Amino acid sequence: MAGQLREYRRRIRSVQSTKKITKAMELIAASRIAKARARVAAARPYAEEITRVIEAVASQSTTSHPLTTGRENAPRVAVVVVTSDRGLAGGYSSNALKRAGELTETLRAAGKDIELHVVGRKGVGFYRFRGRTIDGEYTGFSEQPSYADAKSVADALISSFVAGGEDGGVDEIHLVHTEYVSALTQTAVANRLLPMVLSETDGASTTSAGTPLPQYEFEPSAEAVLDALLPRYVESRLYAALLESAASESAARQRAMKSATDNAEDLARIYSRLANRARQDAITQEISEIVGGANALASAG
Amino acid sequence: MPIRVAIVSPEQEVWSGEADMVVARTTDGDLGVLPGHVPLLGVLAPGGTVRVKTGGREISAAVDGGFISVTRQGVSILAETATLTG
Repeated sequence: MAGQLREYRRRIRSVQSTKKITKAMELIAASRIAKARARVAAARPYAEEITRVIEAVASQSTTSHPLTTGRENAPRVAVVVVTSDRGLAGGYSSNALKRAGELTETLRAAGKDIELHVVGRKGVGFYRFRGRTIDGEYTGFSEQPSYADAKSVADALISSFVAGGEDGGVDEIHLVHTEYVSALTQTAVANRLLPMVLSETDGASTTSAGTPLPQYEFEPSAEAVLDALLPRYVESRLYAALLESAASESAARQRAMKSATDNAEDLARIYSRLANRARQDAITQEISEIVGGANALASAG
Repeated sequence: MPIRVAIVSPEQEVWSGEADMVVARTTDGDLGVLPGHVPLLGVLAPGGTVRVKTGGREISAAVDGGFISVTRQGVSILAETATLTG
C-alpha cells in the first residue's frame, strides 16, 4: 500500500519537472517568434527593392541572362530544404520534408536530376537515414539565421548555377521553406528561386506593386548589372526564407510545448488524485487492522 | 525639390530621409545624383563610401558590394554591408 503511494509521488515529481522544462521552452519560443518576425520586417525593404530592380532590368533588357530567362535544356536542378536543427517542434520539420518529397517526385517525373541541399540537422538526419546523397548541408543556425548564414548557403548554389547543368552544376534552384502565416498556421511552401519567376504583367511595365517600372540606364552595362545582381538576389531570397522558417519553427515549437505543458498538468492532477486515494486506503486499512486487533484481544480476554 | 534616399542592407534599413544630393562611386567612377536625375542602375565600387547631402549636413556611409538605383521616386542604395560613418 505505502509502496504504491511512494510510486505515485515519484511520478508527480517527474511530471512536474518535465512541465518546468516544457514551460520554459514554450516561453523562449514565444519570445523568439517576436524576434524573428521583427527581423523579417527589417529585411523587407532590401528584399523588395532588389526584386523591383530585377523586375525593371528584366523587363527592359534585351539580353537573355540565365537569371531571368533560364536555359533551354535544364536536366539538373537543385532543391534546398529548410528544416530545424532541434526537434520538439511538432510537425515543423516533417511538414517541410513532406513538401520537399512531393517536389522531388514531380521533378523526377519530369526527368530531372536532383541535387539536394539541406538546411538544419533534422533534414540532414532524415535524408542520411534514407541513404540519399546530400550535396550540401548547412546546420547550426536554424533558429537565429544571420545574413552571413544565408550567404554561406547561397555561395554553393550560385557557383553551381553559374556553372550550369552541363558542367556538373544545376540549371534551376527550387526552395522549400515554411511560411509563417500566423501563430497557429505555418505552411510549407515550394518556390522556384532561379530562374526568376517574373510577375507577368501587361507588357511588364509595372511592378507587382502596381507602380510603373523605371526605364533604367545601366552603369557599366545591363549584363554586368545582372551578373552582380544574381548573387545578391539569391542571398536575399534565401535570407528571407530562413527568417520566415525560423519564425515558423519557433511558432511550431511554442505550440508543441504548450500542449506538452497542458498535458503535464493533466497528468499531475490525475496522479495526485490517485496518490490521495492510495493514502486514504492505507489509513483505512491501518484503522481496520487496529480495530480488528483490539476486537481479537477483547474476545480472547 | 529634395530626393528621397534610402540606404538599405539585407538585415535592416540603415538610413532613410530626404536629401539634396547623393554622391556615390560606381565601378565606372564617381556619380553625383541631383533631383531629376535620369533613372539609373549602377554597380557600386567595392569598399566605397556614399555621401548624402541633406540641408547643411552631410551623411556618409561605408558601403560594400551593392547597387545604386535612381528612379523618379528616389534613390536607393542596396548594400551588402552598410555602416554610417557620420
